[in-house]
Amino acid sequence: MTRRFWVYIEQEDGKVHPVAWELLGVARRLADEVNDQAVVEGILVGNHVEEIAQEAIHYGAETVYVVDDPRFKHYLNKPYTIVLTSLAQKYGPEVFLIGATTLGRDLAGAVATSLRTGLTADTTHLAMGEVKDSSKKLLLATRPAFGGNVIATIICRNHSPQMATVRPRVFSSAPRRVDAKGEIVHETIPITPDMINAEILEFISNEVATVKIEYADVIVAGGRGLGGPKGFALIKELADELGGVVGASRACVDAGWIKYDHQVGQTGKTVRPKLYIAAGISGAIQHKVGMQESDFILAINRDSHAPIFEISTMGIVGDLYEVIPSMIKQIRALKEAKHD
Amino acid sequence: MFHALVGIKQVPDTTNIRIDPETNNLIRQGVPTILNPYDAHAVGAAVEWKRKLNGKVTVITMGPPSAVIALRECIEMGADRAILISARQFAGADTLATSYVLAEVTKAIHEQDPIDLLFFGKQAIDGDTAQVGPGVAVRLGLPVVSYAVKIREVNLEQRYVVIERKTENRNEVIKTSLPTAMTCEKDIAEIPFASLPDLVYSLRYVPEVWTAESPIRFDFAQLGLKGSPTTVFKTGTPERHVAGEVFKVAELGVEWVVKAALDKIMAAGDVDSILGVKK
Repeated sequence: MTRRFWVYIEQEDGKVHPVAWELLGVARRLADEVNDQAVVEGILVGNHVEEIAQEAIHYGAETVYVVDDPRFKHYLNKPYTIVLTSLAQKYGPEVFLIGATTLGRDLAGAVATSLRTGLTADTTHLAMGEVKDSSKKLLLATRPAFGGNVIATIICRNHSPQMATVRPRVFSSAPRRVDAKGEIVHETIPITPDMINAEILEFISNEVATVKIEYADVIVAGGRGLGGPKGFALIKELADELGGVVGASRACVDAGWIKYDHQVGQTGKTVRPKLYIAAGISGAIQHKVGMQESDFILAINRDSHAPIFEISTMGIVGDLYEVIPSMIKQIRALKEAKHD
Repeated sequence: MFHALVGIKQVPDTTNIRIDPETNNLIRQGVPTILNPYDAHAVGAAVEWKRKLNGKVTVITMGPPSAVIALRECIEMGADRAILISARQFAGADTLATSYVLAEVTKAIHEQDPIDLLFFGKQAIDGDTAQVGPGVAVRLGLPVVSYAVKIREVNLEQRYVVIERKTENRNEVIKTSLPTAMTCEKDIAEIPFASLPDLVYSLRYVPEVWTAESPIRFDFAQLGLKGSPTTVFKTGTPERHVAGEVFKVAELGVEWVVKAALDKIMAAGDVDSILGVKK
């Protein structure tokens, strides 16, 4: 029997969320850990999404099941849940991965309940592994719990599919292969208005939300050590100088100094930029789990015992209001020297 | 009459959890339990609309007997009725088993006293799964509006609600039929201060306790550990990273330290291009 490893290809307005390509990479690895009968397949719901289906093949989907219908143009929980539930019932996937995005978390919780199966949220590590008393390898889904203080590996032994949502940016994208071959299968799901009973009246653009900190190369993040909301002006100045974006610890968001969209950590975004500057962030575990995979972490803190220094590539013990202005000045000098 | 139901959870205050460095165990002792913050805002929204529409708010939770403290807090904020669902059979429930219990209780309450809006916090801060709200909605066949930031209109005559919700890139305004379930962001409402009458009422109020057998009899196979498809395979502590060098401004001076940092960042290859400068 074919063992199917499914990935939900999340898209909105014809734009794919990059986590979909990350999941295709993960699913390929998991399928390879099982045997050669395992296949990686994509699930795509929307309207006019043929091009995306083709892209999914380039990123490693062997088959893409497409539900393309004007009624599915925009995401709504209930109709999308019905679609995914009936496809899963029809094909019986063994593993089903969905991005732990705003949309994905909403959808996955409903689909898992509808299928009466287990779902592990916000996973940061996935593997197929031997489990005692199980004839086949199971999905070992690992996630932080209790604010990141504990790492728990969850299994779903007797129910299928084994579902997990996966945080964006935890895994790297699958490689795009120009010559990849795959099949696009169109599916129709009978759906009536009473199955939807919801409509979108209006969209309101949210400028802050367009800051995608999880895909930024440079993040300058501020914490409680800023002392107040005004400190973010300085953080922003350095971020602008580096072509980066502004991040924040949960303490600042809870205090109302900056919007949630900037929050890095367990309850915020997971990031892995090339450069992460943590200014005035003590480094509570819940923050660290969201940024410790950054390539280069520069920590600036007055307290030499701050836990952030345990994971920093380099640490500066000092007043950020002294260090950051000096940094901005020196970067500007370097840039000028380059132009000369 | 408007009737809102709020599903809440009492959680350990995760910002205060520490790990014992010797044993790697979670130190739960002395960690206060609190009403899950998102749930507090959900209660605030339910109470706000109860006052606008002259209705009532019922709060439910599944948890240990000590969870009555969180329920009483909701009564202080203006909820009218509180139910603790508590029995040993419920212990060890994952999100699927939890949504089963909450859905059954909601159905039973709805039969006595029809519910218009079903509120949840967007997620609990201990598990952070965000699954229970949508799970209950699915079990009841209700539409769910998650990450709700504002209720614009509740129309009891024409049986609809207009809710603004947050998505990754924008906000959406959704109109759904009543009853509807929603999961709430903190923006949904302020946490209400207890008014004197509510405070007095809460002091005398004793939450109802529902067990696995009374007043409704649950299917035991769907409860607790037995009814949970997911199990914890193993736990551990997050791996520690190797700490890099630390320089002190007080010893080396700010100019020197910053230069050392920039040199090291530029030396780290990939980061080169970021500063837009080559050495």
